[in-house]
Amino acid sequence: MIFGYPLLSVAIWLPIFFGLLVLATGNDRNAPLARVIALVGAVLGFLVTIPLYTGFDRLTSAMQFVVHDEWISRFNIYYYLGVDGISVLFILLNSFFTPLVVIAGWKVIEKRVAQYMAAFLIMSGLVNGVFAALDAMLFYVFWEAMLIPMFIIIGVWGGPNRVYAAVKFFLYTLLGSLLMLVALLYLYNQSGGSFSILEFHRTPLPSMAVQVMLFFAFFMAFSVKVPMFPVHTWLPDAHVEAPTGGSVVLAAIMLKVGAYGFIRFSMPILPDASHYLAPVMIALSLIAVVYIGLVALTQSDMKKLVAYSSISHMGFVTLGFFIFNAYGIEGALLQMISHGFVSGALFLCIGVLYDRVHSRQIVDYGGVANKMPVFAAFFMLFAMANSGLPGTSGFVGEFMVIMGAVKANFWYAFAAASTLIFGAAYTLWMYKRVIFGAVANDHVKHLHDIGGREKLVFVILALGVLGMGLYPLPFADIMHASVNDLVVHLNISKIPN
Amino acid sequence: MDMQTLYLIVPLAPLVGAIAAGLFGKWLGRTWSHRITIALVAVSFFASLAIFQDVMEGHIFNGAVYKWMSSGNTSFEVGFLIDRLTVMMMLVVTFVSLMVHIYTIGYMEEDPGYQRFFSYISLFTFSMLMLVMANNFMQLFFGWEAVGLVSYLLIGFWYTRPTAIYANLKAFLVNRVGDFGFLLGIGLILMVFGTLDYQSVFANAHNYVNDMAPIPGMSVGLLTAICILLFIGAMGKSAQFPLHVWLPDSMEGPTPISALIHAATMVTAGIFMVARMSPLFELSETALSFVMVIGAITALFMGFLGIIQNDIKRVVAYSTLSQLGYMTVALGASAYSVAVFHLMTHAFFKALLFLAAGSVIIAMHHDQDIRNMGGLRKYMPITWITSLVGTLALIGTPLFSGFYSKDSIIEAVALSHLPGSGFAYFAVVAGVFVTAFYSFRMYFLVFHGEERFGKQHHDHHADHDAHSTSSGHSDNDKSHDHHHGLAPGQKPHETSWVVTLPLILLAIPSVIIGLVTIEPMLFGDYFLESIFIGHDHHAMAEMREEFHGPWAMALHALTTLPFWFALAGAVSAWFLYMKRPDIPAAIKQKISFIYTVLDQKYYFDRFNDWFFAGGARGASGLLWKFGDVKLIDGFFVNGSAKLVGMFSGVLRGLQTGYVYHYAFWMIIGVSALLTVRTWFE
Repeated sequence: MIFGYPLLSVAIWLPIFFGLLVLATGNDRNAPLARVIALVGAVLGFLVTIPLYTGFDRLTSAMQFVVHDEWISRFNIYYYLGVDGISVLFILLNSFFTPLVVIAGWKVIEKRVAQYMAAFLIMSGLVNGVFAALDAMLFYVFWEAMLIPMFIIIGVWGGPNRVYAAVKFFLYTLLGSLLMLVALLYLYNQSGGSFSILEFHRTPLPSMAVQVMLFFAFFMAFSVKVPMFPVHTWLPDAHVEAPTGGSVVLAAIMLKVGAYGFIRFSMPILPDASHYLAPVMIALSLIAVVYIGLVALTQSDMKKLVAYSSISHMGFVTLGFFIFNAYGIEGALLQMISHGFVSGALFLCIGVLYDRVHSRQIVDYGGVANKMPVFAAFFMLFAMANSGLPGTSGFVGEFMVIMGAVKANFWYAFAAASTLIFGAAYTLWMYKRVIFGAVANDHVKHLHDIGGREKLVFVILALGVLGMGLYPLPFADIMHASVNDLVVHLNISKIPN
Repeated sequence: MDMQTLYLIVPLAPLVGAIAAGLFGKWLGRTWSHRITIALVAVSFFASLAIFQDVMEGHIFNGAVYKWMSSGNTSFEVGFLIDRLTVMMMLVVTFVSLMVHIYTIGYMEEDPGYQRFFSYISLFTFSMLMLVMANNFMQLFFGWEAVGLVSYLLIGFWYTRPTAIYANLKAFLVNRVGDFGFLLGIGLILMVFGTLDYQSVFANAHNYVNDMAPIPGMSVGLLTAICILLFIGAMGKSAQFPLHVWLPDSMEGPTPISALIHAATMVTAGIFMVARMSPLFELSETALSFVMVIGAITALFMGFLGIIQNDIKRVVAYSTLSQLGYMTVALGASAYSVAVFHLMTHAFFKALLFLAAGSVIIAMHHDQDIRNMGGLRKYMPITWITSLVGTLALIGTPLFSGFYSKDSIIEAVALSHLPGSGFAYFAVVAGVFVTAFYSFRMYFLVFHGEERFGKQHHDHHADHDAHSTSSGHSDNDKSHDHHHGLAPGQKPHETSWVVTLPLILLAIPSVIIGLVTIEPMLFGDYFLESIFIGHDHHAMAEMREEFHGPWAMALHALTTLPFWFALAGAVSAWFLYMKRPDIPAAIKQKISFIYTVLDQKYYFDRFNDWFFAGGARGASGLLWKFGDVKLIDGFFVNGSAKLVGMFSGVLRGLQTGYVYHYAFWMIIGVSALLTVRTWFE
């Protein structure tokens, strides 16, 4: 506890409190007030997380800013929070995006404004809970609760096919989570009646069969969220139907909790099964990179294209984790953060176009640069970041994961590096058809360039993308101790010889 | 000011210019945008000069600027290696860039994207300097991709033209294919050496001569694998066969950048890179052989294509391809200093030729077809003379800069004993004739003979407009590259001083730079610390013994084959295009088969479009429709939803709400249970 207040608790409950406050403004007559309260809450929510970074002790891999209180003592369930070098950045990333989403939805959302803003604020708090929870039950509660606001966002403010997408999203992710609950209960018994995740890390699991089964249970929960091939098909549908803000949070934040699950639960709790099943995980990751990269090429809907691109980029994350070296794991974590910036920014770019033309189809555009040069410049930057250009954040993670993959097996790197070609092909081909060329139709002819509010959001994201690309050290530095510790831990077998 | 600050100023000054013109261009206006960018590039040039002097005094710098990232036990840094090779490249880059910046004032005069253009070329200068000044592979890759980005932006500068935005995407993707190999090569280096710092890698390379590459399923030497992977990167950037396809199309960009990026500097990055990596390449003869053969193919076969081009810029572009092939051949022959020497002379005379071509294009009101020109020497004397100088340098006329570098390449190949050197020697010697032929064909058609302008002219886009599918040349097209051709009766006239001054300033080194620098660069110890040559590669040593000063070399050349080949090429061009223009037409008729193959550029574009682009799109559609839509979503996801639906439908059917239905099912259930029970008893 630094600065006299429990930082992590505040990071979780402050946005939720403001969310409830926004809800209290009621119907759309008070929309302006709701927007202001939401913005204040979101900005405050970000500001309170900054001490997590500045006050972080980089020399230790231990949990920091720990809060440990009674909750349901009968089952040894605690209100137990803490962050290490792996989770701290995601709390910052999540809190960083909430104000952006609020600003992005400022004018665009006209119906049920308070409810919309509240959903995002509440979700922001719940996601912080997921990253901060050190008690498995607490984690599970946040994990499931997080689904509800997203379900509502897609189902209420979404596109024409929103109900199908929302239900698909909900069922897909819920189904996986239930198996995780079973695994958590098993571990509770095995650890002698504790739900502490750190206790799980130490719990002996001498049977490979048991480890593999537990791994499968966790896999079902986490792989859907990442999403990994072949359980990825909910994502394109969810993105296409979600409103812009929903897509941004979905891509930038929600996908990260799945990958986080692997590195917080599966790998340290089940080191032997992780090694044993690594070839499968790597194969699925590489399929995601190559297959999904190819599938993205012919998408005619921009959001779908970026959704597939997200899956392909998340393939790098799972690949980096399961090659078990520091390059790979740190590269994967950096890729997660960068993907937050880049995919979030790309969905916002598409949102800008959608707000004006009300179409996401590539064929409805062409020559946008003639009418929106400032927008085209930002979009170019983010498209290049998505193609992994050095100097942008997109490069750092991919570079490190490929370097790690060469170490593991040259051919992994060979397959992964194909993203250099496919990633550039689908991104820039879309860019070419939408932005370049002569003015294609009347809609494009009447476009007006981005205004101050949109520019503000893009400038912030551009600074993030370039800053992280040119100087990733501050991002990597904070995770070294925890990652090195994890790499060591992963090599200690839980199965006695 | 200490040297380290000066090192920083060299790349950062153009970056500041790029940011100023790019972000505040509207506010600065046209004049101030070009003043600021030009001044800053000039600062960069003079700083490079000062550094040159310092380096010549023996001060070599190798150090970090800042720590970019660290992971495991490795730290990745951004840093500079300033030695003689670097400083030579810095001078070439900043000088040509400065010339091009000045020239742009005239060439882009009417373009609405004026500030954007200055921003891009300054950004390019920054990226290229980061590339050549790097002291590690990570930063090299940064510069490598950054110049690719700017090249992409500049080829597509006139983004309303379908051909331009096709060409820039193609250029980026083909380069990415090269970078794919390059990155894997870097990966192997990091894995084996544990660092990406040049000096530590070079110092330890000899320990791995006998190691095999850690590539499962392939038995290939470690250093061979690394060198070939790195060279694949060079093949993309330096447009070597078969990754050359992007360079001719890149001519869609404005002419100043064709000179700066696609002739003088960026495309030579691959050559520079291999020269920089000489301590690695010297340890793998297989890789050197590979390099030499690829270079020889490029040098000869791309030269042939230059013969039939009618677009003035494309002739120069194919000439660039061919000359890059020459440099690559020299690399393969372990004559790195010769390759870099040719890189330098070529930078001057090829930038000159491109800018002269641009001057002609301005005078012709943006008609680029040499069939519509002729007799221009009367109207544009400065362009004419400087073009002649550039052409003479290109074909290797004794005493001109190109002569010293090209003759040395031929000499070095003759002395090489690697597999493939026989073919390479044939290619570079035959290439001399071809070079002289297409160069003088263009020269005569443009500057001599009948004045063909101001008449009904061929559409200059006719022979490369295959890709323009839609009517991109519509009325809202503001770029000035479109109203081409002179009106009937209109005469061309010499361009303004901002255009001709760079021509003159480039013509001077095109003549003398070879004569002045051959001795220190090739046979002195200029590259002593920068370039490493293995003990069993004797070409350079033997050449040094035979060298008796630049004048003697020029005199001696009069008795050798290449000189007579060049002369023959020039004379044949004169005969065929000035004296008897009916003969080429007849030849075209007679051997139309060969003409078609050349016209189709050996069918590479067709094949790539069909196989790679079409194949990827086809695979994409197939995987998506069958993999994602049908199999996963259709069968598993919606299938299981349907299954649940069916099952619950059945259950729902059972719950009719009638008590006697339930009673009936209860009786059946009870009797079934009783039956089961009796079985178990």
